[in-house]
Amino acid sequence: MRAVITVVGKDTVGIIAEVSQILKTHKINILDITQSILDDLFVMVMLTDISSTTLQLPALTEAMNTLGEQLGLKIHVMHEDVFNSMHRV
Amino acid sequence: MLNSYDIMETIKMIEEEHLDIRTITMGISLRDCCGEDIGRVADKIYEKITRTAANLVRVGEELEAEYGIPIIHKRVSVTPIALLADACTSADVTVLARALDRAAEAVGINFIGGYSALVHKGMTRGDKNLIDSIAEALSETKCVCSSVNVATTRAGINMDAVARMGEIVKDAAYRTRESDSIACAKLVVFANATEDNPFMAGAFHGVGEGESVINVGVSGPGVVQKAIRRAGDCDLAQLAETVKRTAFKITRMGQLAAREASRRLGVPFGIVDLSLAPTPAVGDSVAHILEEMGLESVGAHGTTAALALLNDAVKKGGVMAAAHVGGLSGAFIPVSEDAGMIDAVRNGALSLEKLEAMTAVCSVGLDMIAIPGDTSAEVISGIIADEISIGVVNNKTTAVRVIPAYGKSVGDEVEYGGLLGSAPVMPVNTNSPLKFISRKGRIPAPIHSQKN
Repeated sequence: MRAVITVVGKDTVGIIAEVSQILKTHKINILDITQSILDDLFVMVMLTDISSTTLQLPALTEAMNTLGEQLGLKIHVMHEDVFNSMHRV
Repeated sequence: MLNSYDIMETIKMIEEEHLDIRTITMGISLRDCCGEDIGRVADKIYEKITRTAANLVRVGEELEAEYGIPIIHKRVSVTPIALLADACTSADVTVLARALDRAAEAVGINFIGGYSALVHKGMTRGDKNLIDSIAEALSETKCVCSSVNVATTRAGINMDAVARMGEIVKDAAYRTRESDSIACAKLVVFANATEDNPFMAGAFHGVGEGESVINVGVSGPGVVQKAIRRAGDCDLAQLAETVKRTAFKITRMGQLAAREASRRLGVPFGIVDLSLAPTPAVGDSVAHILEEMGLESVGAHGTTAALALLNDAVKKGGVMAAAHVGGLSGAFIPVSEDAGMIDAVRNGALSLEKLEAMTAVCSVGLDMIAIPGDTSAEVISGIIADEISIGVVNNKTTAVRVIPAYGKSVGDEVEYGGLLGSAPVMPVNTNSPLKFISRKGRIPAPIHSQKN
């Protein structure tokens, strides 16, 4: 099972490190990552493999929400199927 | 890897544009609950609903958490209760409404639909008993929703039922006079009612349906409005294309949720209903979509054309996106539940007559409209008859959910809060249709009903 993690907010040092740390702790592998900065706005999209983690998706969402609040960023975790169903015919 | 533009678009739709699954509605057949002893029937109804829908709320919440999509309501619709009332020896069927209410509370849902009768051609004893009990049932229960189908394109219009429903609406308003006649917000009069509509107050589990079914209603007026804004000064064909593409994406999400809910609950998937269902929240208005298309205010001349384009494009986008599209699919135009409609009524830009014209091309009908409390039963029956004939002649579903707000007059407002919102009381043409309505009988089916 794969999940997409998106991070949007003001660019600061260590965003990727902080997000990756949580993923590492829970044995979540990063499959792909894209990142861009538009007018100081940091936008990152990460595709992750959550099949080896014991963490349920809602718990991962909760962990990322907490981190997002700490860093002043918006972090979303969504099941890959949502995007596949919406954007692929 | 997925396209990051697409991903951000989805996030934005949910975060900023109010994209949501409006409702997962489980249809449950109660045909096996019938019997002569109404107390026993009530027990069977309660048992069946609480057993069949035991996991509905939990699964809905799981899906919401796992997929990151807001699922606003989990609801239940049941077999039209009039069918059960037929077999009961007791004439007082409010016992069954109370059983539905208790069952709804037990499974944790806010509305249960199906306190209904299908009387488009005539009334049985059960139909009559149920209709007679609607006002009392709705005023004494919290979650129960009622609907009465008074016409179909095939059968014509049962004017006896239309006349009676005018009186029932008045009675329901009076019985809930302390709370802005809220019982009327839970009562819909239909033409060509659909058997698989997941939206309240008109949902019921049709007689052609199976034992149980999962129907999903998706919404997203805000998403469509923003898409139109982004499309800029395009021509109307491009505008329709933009709506279609957006509707496609929204419906796909509904299909995903419906498939998963169906799998986890072990209940067959029925349909996805793609309806632009507004809420009073800012950025969740169908009126604002029409204004984004280029109208100064909803209600302006041109509104019906803009709504026709919208309703059609939504259907076209939705049809390809889901295995089965059904219910009402299109654009809803309730007044109290739509910030833009409320503003237009307050500003005098939107009249009841214009709303009636709009219902010829929207997906349902006159919806959540507050009218003066002293409006007579025959005028309400006249409103119903007009609206229902639009549905019958145009081969579409139409409905009336008006609230003759007891003790209130034009200039006052009714206030329900939550999704039901608030509504300014609208003026009504008070010239009497009494003689016409009192003729009773049936208006024959239109010529194009002869299709065999």
